[in-house]
Amino acid sequence: MVESRLTRTLLRLGAAATLVFIYLPLVVIALYAFNASVTQSWPIDEYTTKWFSTAYHDEGVRQALWLSVRAALGATAVALVLGTLASLAVSRFDFFGRDAISLVVILPLALPGIISGLALRTTYTTVGIDFGLLTIIIGHATFCIVVVYNNSLARLRRVSGSLEQASYDLGADAWQTFRYVTFPQMRTALLAGGLLAFALSWDEVVVTIFTAGAQQTLPIWIFANLFRPIEQPVVNVVALFVIVLSLIPVWIAQKVTAERPGAVRGAATRR
Amino acid sequence: MTSVPYEQPPPREGLGRRLSRYFYRHPRLSLALLLAVPLGWLVVAYLGSLFVLLLASVWTTDPFTSEVVHTYTFDNFRRIFDEPVYRDVAWRTIRMAGLVTIADAVLAFPIAYYMARVATPRARNILVVAVLMPLWASYLVKAYAWRTILSGAGVLNWALDPFGVSFDGYSTTGLWLVFTYLWLPFMILPIYAGLERIPSSLLEASADLGGKSLRTFWRVTLPLAFPAVVAGSIFTFSLTLGDYIAPKLITSQQFIGTVIYDNHGTNLPVAAAFTLVPIVVMVVYLLVARRLHAFEAL
Repeated sequence: MVESRLTRTLLRLGAAATLVFIYLPLVVIALYAFNASVTQSWPIDEYTTKWFSTAYHDEGVRQALWLSVRAALGATAVALVLGTLASLAVSRFDFFGRDAISLVVILPLALPGIISGLALRTTYTTVGIDFGLLTIIIGHATFCIVVVYNNSLARLRRVSGSLEQASYDLGADAWQTFRYVTFPQMRTALLAGGLLAFALSWDEVVVTIFTAGAQQTLPIWIFANLFRPIEQPVVNVVALFVIVLSLIPVWIAQKVTAERPGAVRGAATRR
Repeated sequence: MTSVPYEQPPPREGLGRRLSRYFYRHPRLSLALLLAVPLGWLVVAYLGSLFVLLLASVWTTDPFTSEVVHTYTFDNFRRIFDEPVYRDVAWRTIRMAGLVTIADAVLAFPIAYYMARVATPRARNILVVAVLMPLWASYLVKAYAWRTILSGAGVLNWALDPFGVSFDGYSTTGLWLVFTYLWLPFMILPIYAGLERIPSSLLEASADLGGKSLRTFWRVTLPLAFPAVVAGSIFTFSLTLGDYIAPKLITSQQFIGTVIYDNHGTNLPVAAAFTLVPIVVMVVYLLVARRLHAFEAL
């Protein structure tokens, strides 16, 4: 340890201060969800849970919630299939342009969301596709593929392809080999990738605003209502709900890949 | 009666095995089948869309109906270059992205250093998760949280009040604070990974040769960690460049993202042309980052 005692103390304080900075806004928004008053002023005088039932019975919130869930499930399903296929191809075959695949997969997440969003919207209107659940899923799946791909590829690179060869030698066909040899090894990686894809789609707003048409997902509902003072209490509740529901899948994903901390780091590219 | 000796036919192979053997002998076909759908999706749905966006930047709008007309012109680009409004917005956004990147690098370094070199392995794992989790928390909600914190009656002004200071949160400075907050985890994680890769022996050698901690930091640690800082800056820079949600929530000032967002309904070609500004800036940024070896630190 070359750092002096003073340096280490200062670093510890700095780290603690940064953590407080990172978590303070999340705490504040959680507290405001229980604010009895309609006006958003600090400190909060009185706490209540009544806005939770208001939000629960709000028709707009319910529709948005249902749309968000369907979009996230659809995008996750598509991303799981496409991400797995691409990772199998890249890990088990050697071919010209293999490195370019990773670039194409990461591009939708690396480019600013407004560019992807506007590009998809322009294409939908030019081709004549009506906005709806499908257009949202296409957009979300496109940038969700990379998290499944990254998790799955990292796993496949660690498990040897010779196990699959052995399975073929012992008389299994391709489906049996996938079902009994490849898939069991990928299971937790796919679970983590799927959960992260869900979390990514669930609270996405930058691209979705362009691809949803007149429909509202939960984040779009928040964006549409947060400028209206009368809706503030319900917005606070929905905001807390969105945050909690995006953190739970990430937490589980972190747990199932716990033997490899930082496994979710490929995700550092999320916006 | 003669009995015909019964000969057992060889067991007929299942379709699955025959198919498997066929694919095994034709790896190119297997590869093509694996790649067809994902690549087809990304190339058609995504790269295709980007191409349409590029096309849209040379289309025109009917001045009376605001409808997009598919006649080709470079007037949109001329407008973006000639009209000072667009130039100002572009500069303001790039300046903001630079300032946010600097603030994030300064803020991220202490905690990343602590995680990489001081914390126990257990504390380190907890810290990685603690930094990673908020990265996934809805970015709209985080921006919204800051909107309430920065308001006149919000937490920040409440905290500043005893000192007799007030802060206009809905300002460019406020937005700078919000951006710095939003992208901070994207900077911490690469710097942490970069610092972790530096062998302790190098720092010990510097100390043995008489380098004081500060000198060791400036002459050894920082140069070695610099590619990681650049790697993190790719995210902080790019994300600031294209954002329109945080500016909408915090200020009334225009940035590249808000101009694109506000124009996409009424004047799609100009909006599409303006998306080329962040694209070109990011391409240049990535080329510079590659020269600084940032990609190895990603």
